[in-house]
Amino acid sequence: MQGRPSYYRVFQTFARNSLIREMTFRANFLVQCLSATSWTLMNIGFYIIVFEHTESIGRDTGWQQYEFFLFLGTTWLINSLVQTFFMPNVQDFSELIRTGNLDFALVKPIDTQFLISFQRVEWSSLSNFVLGLVLLIVSLVHLSTRTGPVPWKLEPVMFILYPFYLLCGTAILYSVMIALAATSIWLGRNQSLYNFWFYITNFSRYPMEIYQNQWGWILWGIFTFIIPVLVVVNVPARLLAQPLNPREPWEWWLTIFALLATVLSVLVSRRIFRRALLSYRSASS
Amino acid sequence: MYVRARTWWTIFRIGVEERLVYRADFALGTLMRFLPIITQVFLWGAVFESVKHVSGGDRVAGYTYQNMVAYYLLTMISRAFSSMPGLASGVSSQIRNGEIKKFLIQPVDLIGFMLLNRIAHKLVYYVVAIFPFAAVFWICKDFFADWPAGKLVEAGWSSADIMLVYVISLLLGFLLGFFLEICIGLIGFWFLEVTSLLFVYMLLNFFLSGHMFPLDMLPSWAETIVDLFPLKYLAYYPAAIFLGQLGPDEVITGLWIEIGWLLMFMVLARLMYWFGVKQYSAFGG
Repeated sequence: MQGRPSYYRVFQTFARNSLIREMTFRANFLVQCLSATSWTLMNIGFYIIVFEHTESIGRDTGWQQYEFFLFLGTTWLINSLVQTFFMPNVQDFSELIRTGNLDFALVKPIDTQFLISFQRVEWSSLSNFVLGLVLLIVSLVHLSTRTGPVPWKLEPVMFILYPFYLLCGTAILYSVMIALAATSIWLGRNQSLYNFWFYITNFSRYPMEIYQNQWGWILWGIFTFIIPVLVVVNVPARLLAQPLNPREPWEWWLTIFALLATVLSVLVSRRIFRRALLSYRSASS
Repeated sequence: MYVRARTWWTIFRIGVEERLVYRADFALGTLMRFLPIITQVFLWGAVFESVKHVSGGDRVAGYTYQNMVAYYLLTMISRAFSSMPGLASGVSSQIRNGEIKKFLIQPVDLIGFMLLNRIAHKLVYYVVAIFPFAAVFWICKDFFADWPAGKLVEAGWSSADIMLVYVISLLLGFLLGFFLEICIGLIGFWFLEVTSLLFVYMLLNFFLSGHMFPLDMLPSWAETIVDLFPLKYLAYYPAAIFLGQLGPDEVITGLWIEIGWLLMFMVLARLMYWFGVKQYSAFGG
């Protein structure tokens, strides 16, 4: 008997099965791609209109149009990763608990969190990843000609750090999601899970400077140190867009903190998940 | 006549009771729906700050910062009147699964039934939702500090006049939203599946009704296009009246155009129902 399952091969199978399923209904797949991207395009439209009226978001923050579009592109890259790999699974999870089908996941000889987090891959959500990449490249082309008092410099190290922090951001969002999903074990059913998720991640979609005044500092503190969703997009986007050049020392502290936040949130969410599993009391069957 | 009135009264009462089943859940849900406005408050705070810094102006497209936040809060009220969750999809699924037959064999009119049912739902909604709404508006009262102001006041309108026109525009918004959605639902007589059509409607609605941003921000060519759609009456128009963004002439013409749209959709709904039933083959049920 083999001791450990090969997680990589199991995931490969999940991914392949999902792709086969989505390709069975090709027209539906296309419609899903279109509807996913049309929300994104509308969002971009909104910011194009905003930048018709202002030069930057916040005074002296450096978030001008293309710096911000790079930020937006980063948001969509991370969000599409979460939506492709985790969102469909976590949504199923709440249903698994209600129906008692989680039993079948628990008895399988593989880590339960792995199984319920990766079972389904929603390939159509990757269309937003492509859109995010396009936005990123367009913004970079514009930024490369940025001169004036704050020039944009190409630093090779950015091309390693940026994807790395993209993954960190995805991991943080995943942790928040799995922790939220775990609460549905306690509550029996959590229908507004998606709403909660949307409202919390909504805070991560803007440069953190906008919160840095009066009452905003409270929000900034909560969403940086308690639920660290603010570093998710801010850190990679800052690394690449360089809204401030030369960089301020606090930006480096933030970058180091993001690493810490990633590790901590993954660990804490895993703990919450396992704790919650202990209080699972099947249903029906 | 008396019997008829009693029938309608019963339909109305059923609607009220249907809606009262989950009161706490839906008061909480209403409160949560204000959360995205928090990020809008900060985003626009940052935008106005940089506009002031660069050009010294304190207005964007005619809105002060206070007006802008007030606008977003007011669109929540507009939407509370004009949005019809589940109406079009409900009608089309009733057509698909044959449930609509009950309106064909009973002496009850489908559109009239739906309208009364919706009015009942909305009334209950207001009775419960008034608490979260009042709480949020009280917290945000500073954003309304300079009310009444704007073009209507300059033209000599009293606050009572503005309030009257505002309420009329809200009520018309309710009726317009209702008949618009019922027409979309009735398309189900011809295409059994209207989900993707509804998605397009939702998307256009979000953007063109002014729910996402005040329509005055659009460049003038785009504003002419938006004026061709009835959607702006669902969110933008009442809010713009309240804030005095429109002059008296624009307000009055706007109301007449809105009434025109409303009559058109009322007649259209009747016609669609009439022709739809004629070629309906009543599967299932």
